[in-house]
Amino acid sequence: MSEREIKRARIRELSPIDVYMLLPKTNCKECGEENCMAFATKVVNREVAIEQCPPLLKKEHEKAYKELSEMLKPPVKEVTIGTGDRAVKVGGKLVMYRHEFTYFNPTAIAIDVTDEMSDDELLGRVKKTEEFTYGYIGQELKLNMIAVRSTSNDPEKFRSTVKKVTENTNLPFVLCSFNPEVLEAGLVAALNKRPLIYAATKDNWRDMAELALMYKCPLTVFAPNDLKLLRSLTKTLMEYGVEDIVLDPGTLPSEGLADTINNFTMIRRAACKRGDELLGFPLIGTPIITWAERSDVPEVNSWNEAYIASVLVTRYADILIMHSIDGWVLLPTVMLRQNIYTDPRKPVAVEPGIRTFGKPDENSPFMLTTNFALTYYTVASDIESAGVSCYLIVVDTEGIAVDSSVAGRKLTAEKVAEAIKETKAEEKVKHKKLIIPGKAARLSGEIEELTGWEVLVGPRDSSDIPKFLQEKWR
Amino acid sequence: MGEEEERKAAIAFAPKLFELLSKFEEVELEDVDIEVGDLEIWLQPAAAVAAPPKVVTPPLKVKPTTILEVDFTPPIEEYPGRIVEVTLGATKSERGTRGKSIVIGGEKSPAFYLFENPTPHPPVISLDVFDMRVPLAKAVKMHVEEVLDDPAAWAKLAVDKFGADMVTLHLVSIDPLLKDTPPKEAAKTVENVLQAVDVPLVVGGCGDPEKDLKVFEKVVEVAEGERLLISSVTQDMEIGRIAESVKRHGHVALAFSPMDLNRARELNRRLYEFLPKEQIIIDTTTAALGYGLDYAFTTMERARLAGLMGDPELQHPMSSGTTNAWAAREAWMKMAPEWGPRELRGPIWETVTALTLLLAGVDLFMMMHPAAVKTVKDVIQELTSGSKGISKKLADWVTVKI
Repeated sequence: MSEREIKRARIRELSPIDVYMLLPKTNCKECGEENCMAFATKVVNREVAIEQCPPLLKKEHEKAYKELSEMLKPPVKEVTIGTGDRAVKVGGKLVMYRHEFTYFNPTAIAIDVTDEMSDDELLGRVKKTEEFTYGYIGQELKLNMIAVRSTSNDPEKFRSTVKKVTENTNLPFVLCSFNPEVLEAGLVAALNKRPLIYAATKDNWRDMAELALMYKCPLTVFAPNDLKLLRSLTKTLMEYGVEDIVLDPGTLPSEGLADTINNFTMIRRAACKRGDELLGFPLIGTPIITWAERSDVPEVNSWNEAYIASVLVTRYADILIMHSIDGWVLLPTVMLRQNIYTDPRKPVAVEPGIRTFGKPDENSPFMLTTNFALTYYTVASDIESAGVSCYLIVVDTEGIAVDSSVAGRKLTAEKVAEAIKETKAEEKVKHKKLIIPGKAARLSGEIEELTGWEVLVGPRDSSDIPKFLQEKWR
Repeated sequence: MGEEEERKAAIAFAPKLFELLSKFEEVELEDVDIEVGDLEIWLQPAAAVAAPPKVVTPPLKVKPTTILEVDFTPPIEEYPGRIVEVTLGATKSERGTRGKSIVIGGEKSPAFYLFENPTPHPPVISLDVFDMRVPLAKAVKMHVEEVLDDPAAWAKLAVDKFGADMVTLHLVSIDPLLKDTPPKEAAKTVENVLQAVDVPLVVGGCGDPEKDLKVFEKVVEVAEGERLLISSVTQDMEIGRIAESVKRHGHVALAFSPMDLNRARELNRRLYEFLPKEQIIIDTTTAALGYGLDYAFTTMERARLAGLMGDPELQHPMSSGTTNAWAAREAWMKMAPEWGPRELRGPIWETVTALTLLLAGVDLFMMMHPAAVKTVKDVIQELTSGSKGISKKLADWVTVKI
């Protein structure tokens, strides 16, 4: 059986026709598309929402609208936390495996503060969380929420801490206490900000359900390592009228990791493959738990937190609560999240051909790289930030990076010669000197033979391009 | 006490994670400064405190007063396919000289779907050893500085001190563009390493298909019956020649393909003409966290699922060149202080890359940094030891004072 057949057999694929049949079929173009079929295709690809079809929202199409909403409903419910610009959507997953379609709503990362921290520490952490940013292929990788924990179990302390935090950030909150009285004090201080309540348990669920309804907030259900209880509580809360639920089956550190992975995986499969509505909610993971068993060395707690966070990003966590605000802990976490949540339907490669940077002339450096998107963007950003005027040939290596494409014969002297010819390089510069990536050094001899150009072996990492040019280019 | 004895004495203690990480403090103090003094407090005018909303939407149904009990049934699936088991290394009774052999593969479920099936064989870790000096990240180099010119001593350090299940000897020096070491000499290095350690061995080439073939032919001959893993066999090699000699001398082939399942299948089909399935491991390429890990992950996850769903050409254990994680600049480059010392960033980068692929189904990791190796080994141990039930002292993170 080929993989394609397996895929068909395993996933109920929605076809544009299914959607088209329910649309008004007026081809009115009000949605901005050429016709209803084009709109239907975009709907199936989740590029537009059905609400962007104005006629569909009219009374006479109410039934079709409802049917479409049901048809397009993701197996994992989408839940919104917070309000305004920085509101975070979690869940909304359509598939279990990213290659089946794509993952929506990247894992939201919350950093904790407590109601017993000094103002300096509290606000310092809030500020660091808010300002965390890392530029990566044209995107800004960021943190998303603040988790306020009540370690004092004192309603007044919690209220004033939440208030302080609300006054200092627009990031959404997770309010954490198992004591309903404490939690309500926090909710009062964060009125109309739609924080996520953490959490309803088998002991406090009625009070927490009341709070969720009264303050119109999403509610977390916590049933550590007990999926029967988790389902039962979810069922109970849904009957109670709570609609926006987040599931916490427990993040159990070290020897509990097997159970943790097991639970997260079972829940997501039950939702995506079995249509289990009681488990069809976003999942929350708590790598912060590694700090409960304190090591003498904070780096070890941070280290453990980082690796558990990565495991949870891969295995279906929609929200993470973390304690460490160290860059070396958060950077791999946000990077992995970015990787796992990129759309696998989009190509890996950029268009091959010649690019110019600054205002190059016939004496400017002439460089070469591959068309793997990440390689290209990294090189381009290094050249741009160095402010160098130059030419860059992007060779078609079928979207493979430099070292792999040299090893896999995707980047060869022949390919380079072809690229030089196709881009009419000889008309652009008169020096006939080509700078190749350091990782393609082994090709230099062959390229010289085949093209008659002089080859300069550049740095192994493009961050060294400015230094290289300064020392070697004249 | 000679150096050798000292090393032996040192290995009596299993390395603790912190020891492996601790050196960064001595190495780069300027990197660990925390800017506590720089934190600013900034305040906005207090918002007026509003009263809690009074109106509550009336519920449509009667609110439950007790927990409505429902059941949970684990969503177990049956898979028509199974991953083959591959044995690496041969003991004396098996024609080789290894202390023990290692079996990988045999999966009947996706990686760590423990509710379906236990993991038949824990994934293993092979540590990199190079036969000449190569550019190494500083965070790695500081752990192996003394053995850089002695592959046999390096292998021993990897096994005795860093807990390597296997060793990968990269014969980088055979590259015609580097030292062009002749096959005979390269084979001698392999023999030296075989003598120094008794774990199963991976032998890697330089990436030149012609030279690799010549060297591999010699290596498989001198290591007759050792069940080495030959890394790697690629589509542009003379497949017949390499596969036949791997088979004749009792080894295993690592079939390498560039993130493309059709190419992986194609290569396997050609290998099947010469080699039984039990002598093939696949490597669909590992890219670093942040530098294509998503493609590596998805290719592997798809390969594993396809194999389990019955695709006979993808039912092989998977290997990952996890060391590629160090290609990410965030792993080795000195960055602004807020990103922490590279002595921590590097190994966590390798760890996260490994763990992501562990969850895609990788059975054999080729790795480099001792702390990353230790963590991945610990995680494998935790995940393969199965369910523990609820731990009594389930940490209460909500109220814990950190």
